[in-house]
Parts: sequence; structure tokens; C-alpha cells
Amino acid sequence: MSSDAMGHGVRPTAESDPGAAPVQLLDTAGVLQVSDATAEFLPVIEALSDDTLRSFHRDMVLTRRFDDEAGNLQRQGQLALWVPSHGQEAAQVGSARATRPQDHLFPSYREHAVGMVRGIDPVDVVRLLRGNTHGGWDPAERQNFHLYTLVIGSQTLHATGYAMGVAIDGDYATGDPERDTAVITYFGDGATSQGDVNEAFIFAASFQTPQVFFLQNNQWAISVPVATQSRTPLYLRGTGFGIPSTQIDGNDVLASYAVTLRDMDAARAGGGPRFIEAMTYRIGAHTTSDDPTKYRTDDELQSWVARDPIVRFELFLRSRGESDAFFASIEEEANDLAEDVRKRTLALEKPDNDSMFRHVYSERHPRIDEQREWLSNYESSFGETS
Amino acid sequence: MTDATQTLAAETLATPAASALETMPLGRALNAGLRKAMQDDPRVLLLGEDIATLGGVFRVTEGLKAEFGVKRVIDTPLAESGIVGASIGLAMRGFRPVAEIQFDGFIFPGFDQITSQLAKLTARHEGSQAFPVVIRVPYGGHIGAVEHHQESPEAYFAHTPGLRLVSPSTPHDAYWMIQEAIKSDDPIMFFEPKSRYWPKGPVDFASAGVPLHASRVVRVGTEVTVVGHGAMVSVLLQAAEIAAEEGISIEVVDLRSLSPVDYGPLLESVRKTGRLVVAQEAPQNVSVGSEIAATVTEKAFYSLEAPVLRVSGYDTPFPPAKLESVFLPDADRVLEAVDRALAY
Ligand SMILES: Cc1ncc(C[n+]2csc(CCOP(=O)(O)OP(=O)(O)O)c2C)c(N)n1
Repeated sequence: MSSDAMGHGVRPTAESDPGAAPVQLLDTAGVLQVSDATAEFLPVIEALSDDTLRSFHRDMVLTRRFDDEAGNLQRQGQLALWVPSHGQEAAQVGSARATRPQDHLFPSYREHAVGMVRGIDPVDVVRLLRGNTHGGWDPAERQNFHLYTLVIGSQTLHATGYAMGVAIDGDYATGDPERDTAVITYFGDGATSQGDVNEAFIFAASFQTPQVFFLQNNQWAISVPVATQSRTPLYLRGTGFGIPSTQIDGNDVLASYAVTLRDMDAARAGGGPRFIEAMTYRIGAHTTSDDPTKYRTDDELQSWVARDPIVRFELFLRSRGESDAFFASIEEEANDLAEDVRKRTLALEKPDNDSMFRHVYSERHPRIDEQREWLSNYESSFGETS
Repeated sequence: MTDATQTLAAETLATPAASALETMPLGRALNAGLRKAMQDDPRVLLLGEDIATLGGVFRVTEGLKAEFGVKRVIDTPLAESGIVGASIGLAMRGFRPVAEIQFDGFIFPGFDQITSQLAKLTARHEGSQAFPVVIRVPYGGHIGAVEHHQESPEAYFAHTPGLRLVSPSTPHDAYWMIQEAIKSDDPIMFFEPKSRYWPKGPVDFASAGVPLHASRVVRVGTEVTVVGHGAMVSVLLQAAEIAAEEGISIEVVDLRSLSPVDYGPLLESVRKTGRLVVAQEAPQNVSVGSEIAATVTEKAFYSLEAPVLRVSGYDTPFPPAKLESVFLPDADRVLEAVDRALAY
């Protein structure tokens, strides 16, 4: 493959990388790569219907438009914080589209595209980052897309425990495509340094759980470059834990889809855990509180802008004869989505005070009862006197 | 409204005439204190996430990498257990590490290294080795942030023998107390009230300094004593101001040290007023405030006209930002307790 899928200047030296080149099915010009390295995946891609390919584009464009709009809303004081996903759409959409309805997904906090593929309402994420809720949705109603986790890496262990449960229940390796279940968890390059993530690898390998670890290596953990986290390409870490691992061009939605599908199928079939390192880049700031000009160069940024996942896929679709009208209709849908998100965000009401107490425990608790009653009396006395 | 904390700090600091008095935010005062400590002792080094190139997410360590280099201002991998555990090893090698935890809620991956290791190693070495590690923790609410970014986890650490806990409430205290913390041979949990990073106050660089474990009366009053630490102190001063307009005289004590608590000035105040309200952002159950209430009751029982009352965050997880003003005790909630204390 061309070297363009790899980061410049932020990666470990080439000689420390004994692994194969990242899997890339589309180059930056949107040309399908036909070679021995891609042969394994080409039949999967060729089997995709036009509608499925179009849906990849639609997912990416809608997420990006939503992401931009949410960033605007934050700047206008409507959200406490925004966490941009710009640049990581291909890694997210491809992997999410490779899941089956019964699969479970454990995100970090930047997986807006994954969530949208699994049917979350974007305003669910807005409510979380506006400061209305710490949750936002019921995973059972959102195709098993679990809650965001802000403490770095914790969710990887939850995913592993869930996958252990799937295995104990025997809901894998039955050969029944409606029943066999796999779990996928998302995390960042910074997260790979946490004990929790390493313990998740160990548990997964030890119990041969049906799961995929999906690492989005976006090159930075806030201001810290990936080289501070690892001197070896991160996918080799997985190998070290005894987990078959693959590095992919994370800005190539087809590579993300094909490799994740292969690995989820392997996990569902009882082949044990898999690890995917998607090489990508966070084009925006870490969050709206961050100023990336303090730690990274514009050259580096531009080198990744030139590998934009949406541009590449659009070129591919056009090369297959997709019409201007199609792209225009998706643009229009994206604008409508943004407008709708804005409208519904502005209409969000402040959560009621009692919501603070409502679900601290599943069963009644005397301290909660006492304090919620105290607060309600306090508030009403306040209303009377003022 | 004007900030009474700073007015009072200015009064108490007015002594040395030709003093190097400068007005700055608490975050900058910490930066200056860290710089001074690093200049004074070449074995002081800083480590944490995003503290070097970025200067910390609150910019408390800004400029220090440029001044002292990457061997003394270290951007670590993203792992709190690693940060604390490595600080322990560095201390064994004779360094005085100052570790930064990025936010209160992210201290827990390092909890084992703090409570099972750092806190106990001095005792286990039976005097042969000291562990002069400082762990800086931006903590507390009032900044409208998302989950895990507004918590007050002091009680877990105050409960742990072997750790000392302090929390400055003014820029002047911050400048001096961080230096005292670094000089201490014991592990220090240094809790920084992050909502106070930005308001400015005077720092007297020529003063005799501030002891590490000294509570302080920051407003004199006669009828009720209120005590708190960190960002709560400015809330208490506001409450005292409002009460004064209603003819109620409140004495305000800034705890400054949570472990050990300097009970002298507090007990003296309670013996005078006969009433005590303890305020804190943390949930109430098994909190620092609960400990203070119990101790004051034991030691000043015959001086008390009313039970010691606590005003705390609720015993719930810190709520979403939209509800933080409901959760965090404000002047009104403090005054409600003051009224109850006076009603006895
Ligand atoms: C345990 C913990 N420590 C620190 C933080 C603060 N923090 C939030 S995001 C972040 C960087 C995460 O980088 P990475 O894992 O690469 O994911 P990315 O944000 O780049 O997607 C840090 C240090 C946190 N959320 N949790």
C-alpha cells in the first residue's frame, strides 16, 4: 500500500514495526486496491449492494454534519462540552456496519458515528454533553449501544465481562447467525496505557471471549503523542497478549468494514478475541476546551486532511457512477438533521431536581428518601418566602 | 459582587510594608510556587498527563517545561496508577515528585498506589526511607463540567492513615502551601479548588509564608462559627456577609488542612460562639465534615448551644452540570443551617 495511510512524524520508527502494512482497500484517490494483501477482503466488498455502499456515505456525512452543528451549539453556550469525531468517521462507520443486531457495542466518548449507525438519537448525545444527564439512552432501546464512558479505558473491561457472559450462556459458536453474538469495544491510543485496558486484553485472551477490541489510533491523547504511549505499533500489543491483531487504514471505510466483519465473525464463531488498530486522526480539537495549535503542527494536520475519509469514499462511489443527485440529497438530509438537532437542543428543558435522587439505587434507600424530601421542602419554603 | 476572601486575605497580608505584593489568580500562584520550589531544589520534578508541552489542562504548569526541561517536567503515558507508582520509585531514588492528577474523578485508577502503597511505605520502612510525594488534585464543582470532572473525593484519602491532605483557598495560601507541601517528607494530597483557579487575589512573595496545617479565622464573628475548605470558603464569606445585613454575626474558619485538622482555632471559635456549621461540597456520609462534627462535639460539648450541623452535597453521584447549583451548597443553604443552629 501507499505510505499515505500512516502518520508522519508521530509514529515509532519503521524498523520497530515487523508487522505487515495496514490493510487498505481504498487509496486516497478512492481507487480499490487489488493485490495479494487485499484478496481476502475483495469478495466481501464486491458482495455489498449499492444501497449498502450508499449507506456508508450517508452515515459518514450525517455524523460529520451533526458533529459540526454540536460544536457550534457548544460555542453558543448550549453545551457544556463537545467532543468532535471529525476525521474518524470511516473507522467508526465501517466497524459499526459490520455488527449484527444481537451484538453489543461498548464505546468510549467519541463514537458518535457508531451510535448513529446503531440508532441513537443524536440529541441523546447532546443531552449528555449539555449537562442534562450522565447517561442519555437505554442501550436495550438503542441496539445494544452502551453508554459513553469518560474514565479512560474502563469500558474495555465491561465489554470483556459481557463477552464472558455471552460465552457462559453459549450464545456463540452455535452456527445460528441470529444467535451467535460478539462484543466490540472502542478505545483510543491513550487508553492503551491504562491498566484496565491491559487487564481486558488478559481476561479476553484467557477466557477466549467472543469480542473485538477496536482501537482508533488518532495519534494524540489530548496533547500527548502516541509515541509517549507506545514504542511499538499498538496492534503488536494485541499480538503480545495472544490476540490476533490487524492494523488497518482507519480512514478507509471499506477496510474498516471488511476487517471488522472478518473479526466479529471469527469471534462469533468461537475463535476468541481479535484486535484492530485503525490508523486515523482527530482533525478537530480534543474537545471544545482544547487548543491543538499548542502541541501539533499544521503540516501534520494538513497531511491528514488530505486523507479525508469522506472525500475518498465519495471518489470511489463516483467512479462507480454514483450521481450528483445522490450526493446532493445526502447533503440536504444532513442539513435537515443539523437543523432538527439545533431545534430540539434549544427546546431541551433543565432536568428536575428530583432526577438527582431518582436512580441512585434500584431499591429504596433511607438516606436518599430523607435528602430528597429535605430538598423538596427546602425548595418550596424558598418559593413561599421570596 | 466583590470577593470577600480576597479582601480579607489582603488585610491579613498587609504587614510587610515593602512587600512584593502581586495580584494574580490561584492557578498562576501555584505556577509561581512550583517554579520557586523547582529553583530551590533540583530534586523536585513534576509528572502527569498533558503537564509539559500543554502546561496542564488548567495551565498550572505552563512554561515550566521550557524553564526546567523534559527531565523535570514529564508528560507521562495516560495511566494514573503509573503516575503514582512511578512517583514512589522516584522518591526512593531521592527525588521529590509532584504528580498531577488531571481531574478529581480520574484519581481512582491510582487509588491502590496511593492508599495501599504510598500511604503505608513510610511505616513499612520503619524510618529508613521517606516518601516526599505530592499529589496535586484539581477538585470540586462550580465549573459546569461533565461527569467525573467536579467531584470532591477528599474523604477517601483523609480516611487513609499515612497521607496528609491540604487545600488552599486563596492565591497567597496556594503559593506558600505548595512549597511547604513539596518540602514535607510525607506524602501530601494537595487538593486545588479548581473553580478558584481564575479569580485573582494578592500574593505576598516576601511574607513569612503559610504553614501547611494551620486553620485560620478569615472573618471574625460572635454568634455562629462556620467552617469549610477550598471553594467553600468564599461561599461561607458570602453567607456571613448576607447574615451581617440581617444582624447575625458569623465567624468563618478556613480549614486549609483536612488531615490533620488544626482544631485549635476552630475549638477556640466554637467555645466563643457555641454553634458550629460545617460546610463541604462532598457528599455527607462518612465525610471530612462528619469527622469534624464528631471531634468538635467530643472536645467542646459543654460549650455547644446546638448540635454541630453539616451542609454538604447530597449523597448522590455529582449530578449533571445543569443541576450542579442544586447539589452544591450555596450561601442560602449555609444560612438555612445557621438559622437552625440559632434556633436551639
Ligand atoms: C482515567 C482518566 N484519566 C484522565 C482522563 C482525562 N482525559 C480525557 S480524554 C484524555 C485523552 C484520551 O486519549 P485517547 O485514549 O487517545 O482517546 P481520544 O480522546 O484521542 O479519542 C484524557 C487524558 C480521563 N478521562 N480518564
